[in-house]
Amino acid sequence: MKKAKRSKIVSYNKWGYIFLIPFVVVYLVFQLIPLFSTIYNSFFENYRSGLKQIGPNFVGFENYRTILTNGDLLTYTKNTLIMWGLGVVPQIIISLLLGAWFTDPSLRLKFQRFFKTVIYLPNLIMASAFSMLFFTLFADSGPINSILMQMGIISQPYTFMSHVWSVRFLVAFLNFIMWFGNTTILLMAGMMGIDISLFEAAQVDGARAGQVFFRITVPLLKPILVYVFVTSLIGGLQMFDVPQILTDGTGDPMRSSMTLIMYLNKHLYSKNFGMGGALSVFLFIITGILSMIVYRFATGKKED
Amino acid sequence: MKKKALSLILCSAVVAGSLAGCGGSSAPAADGPVADAGPEGKTLNIYCWNEEFKSRLTDHYPGYVVVDGTHGTIGDVNVVWNITPSDDNAYQKNLDENLLKQDGAAADDRIDMFLVEADYALKYVDTPYTMSVADLGITEAELANQYQYTKDVMTDSSGVLKGLSWQGCPGVLIYNREAAEAVLGSQEPADVQEFVKDWATWNDTADKMKAAGYNMVATVNDAYRVYSNNVSGKWVQDGKIVIDKNVEQWVKDSKALVDKGETTTAELWSDDWSKGFYPDGKVFCYFGPAWLINFSMAADVEGSIANQGGWGAVEGPQGFFWGGTWICGATGTDNPLLVADIMRQLTTNEQIMADIVKKDSDFVNNKAAMEAAATKDEYAFAVLGGQNPLSMFCAGAGKIDLSNQSEYDQGCNEEFQHAMKNYFDGNAATYEDALALFYQGVKEKYPELSY
Repeated sequence: MKKAKRSKIVSYNKWGYIFLIPFVVVYLVFQLIPLFSTIYNSFFENYRSGLKQIGPNFVGFENYRTILTNGDLLTYTKNTLIMWGLGVVPQIIISLLLGAWFTDPSLRLKFQRFFKTVIYLPNLIMASAFSMLFFTLFADSGPINSILMQMGIISQPYTFMSHVWSVRFLVAFLNFIMWFGNTTILLMAGMMGIDISLFEAAQVDGARAGQVFFRITVPLLKPILVYVFVTSLIGGLQMFDVPQILTDGTGDPMRSSMTLIMYLNKHLYSKNFGMGGALSVFLFIITGILSMIVYRFATGKKED
Repeated sequence: MKKKALSLILCSAVVAGSLAGCGGSSAPAADGPVADAGPEGKTLNIYCWNEEFKSRLTDHYPGYVVVDGTHGTIGDVNVVWNITPSDDNAYQKNLDENLLKQDGAAADDRIDMFLVEADYALKYVDTPYTMSVADLGITEAELANQYQYTKDVMTDSSGVLKGLSWQGCPGVLIYNREAAEAVLGSQEPADVQEFVKDWATWNDTADKMKAAGYNMVATVNDAYRVYSNNVSGKWVQDGKIVIDKNVEQWVKDSKALVDKGETTTAELWSDDWSKGFYPDGKVFCYFGPAWLINFSMAADVEGSIANQGGWGAVEGPQGFFWGGTWICGATGTDNPLLVADIMRQLTTNEQIMADIVKKDSDFVNNKAAMEAAATKDEYAFAVLGGQNPLSMFCAGAGKIDLSNQSEYDQGCNEEFQHAMKNYFDGNAATYEDALALFYQGVKEKYPELSY
């Protein structure tokens, strides 16, 4: 009798493990093994010049030293963070605002479903198609320049793609347009999870809309905000498609819009797995550190 | 019992699989690079990046029958086209991967023939992956009528010829007749040549054009090819990147042109480049070969300069070439006789070459045929207002000297133009800053080089 009971529990456990298998297998094959092989590759000189294969020769930390000493890592990390920051700050502000409006029961916005769909739509378009569109719009003889010239704002075409900040702003703007809908939906979900009686109590106490937002909505939204921030940071560090297409892979002007992943992609021309691996390891470390900082910063305040 | 049967099936499958593997990998040893080594294979695999060569073969090779978009037959041999566009280096990436697998591939899967462009020809020519033309059974005497530069492109470092082309692409300076009449006082080629005969005069003419509201060229990149074709040394010498005097001259001249507002820094093929094909674009000249004049300058668009026959052609400051496609036989091919015959027919058969000139307006790689055509009025170009530029092309083709190319040309040229664009636009404060960017870009592409 006793024995039978025990076997029943074991068989339930078995099912748990069986259901885990697909995830574990996919994770092992596509995540964990590539992660370790990347680290392994980073210790070798291994590239192709034309049709000649050079290496793999073990070189220890030589690839890491090259990356650290030529200063590229710092430059491209800076570029990436600047373009990410330019996009993410307005993105969070606008999303918070839209989320608050959409969820505010006293506003009773009409056509909510329509607006939610519209702000989410840009995310459905491929980033590369979107970048191509902007590339054409902002070309030297493109429509934006023609409009500005016809309106008499400028007399000569403004070369958007040859100025550091116009390129960076365009990249940030594209990322903003593409992702603010997604963020809005996430924040709205968080806001709808807040107990409605808290808002009602605040109103009874005579709180203004601003006070309700900053004293009730934002603090209670913190877990979701942290999540949005961390995912956006990781996504931002891996920024590639928009600047790659917009600058045709050059990161012009003077590589001021070249992101870390675009730099990584440069090493693929020569199939330079050694340098690429070392750079990926650095990226892994940077992402880890920055995520930690954001996480500490966001959750640390709560303890005060 | 059931289990036993299953294991038997599995075992035999494993054995069959490994045998099949063996069969595939041991095959290449059977036929070497010698032309007449046993029976020919049944499949001819051709790697290229667009439809051009396919249409030449379809139209002009005797016995080629179209099956569908990527298949055809020649006699009882199936022709399989592997067409990968060259955008973003996709063609070369695909070709490289398959060439490196050539030894282990089954006879019918091996590449038999592939096409290359001059920019990166040496990358393939200077390796054992391309077959010597002599080994294919084509003699030097058969190639006597071909332009020397088309052979130089395909000659490896030990002097062996590895590929052939049916076309030549010498370029000329193509000028806007209206602008020439208005600014220089004449639109006759002989007079205009005097204003563009060398770079110093060319730059002076640019000032005159600017005063009249014309850009000298659409972009600095138009002239790059003309300077870089006339260098006195290779890009890479003993593993070190060397910047040639003529290329430096391009930087100096172009910087001056851009600073004076006499041209732009747009990319070739961009809208900003091609707007000069129309009168409102206000561009004085382009540099280009026959195919640019015939096919790329919007001749079929109403209102374009080409449509009105408003261009003229002169030799310009220096000779150059642009484009051209070369045929290579891949080492390990199981169809050496057919590969040799296709090369022979398309690049040496005078009748076929004359047909190509007539049908496709190519400038073919045959001195005798082109020099004869240069004297005939029927070969006059409508886009050039009835001028026959073939004699200029012939003279140009004879003058091109390609002894200074290297396998790094494509990467170096791309990175150099890109880095200098930053200098011209004022984003790189000095020439040295731009050079640093250039070196960085080249080192990423070719990590073994130094500077």
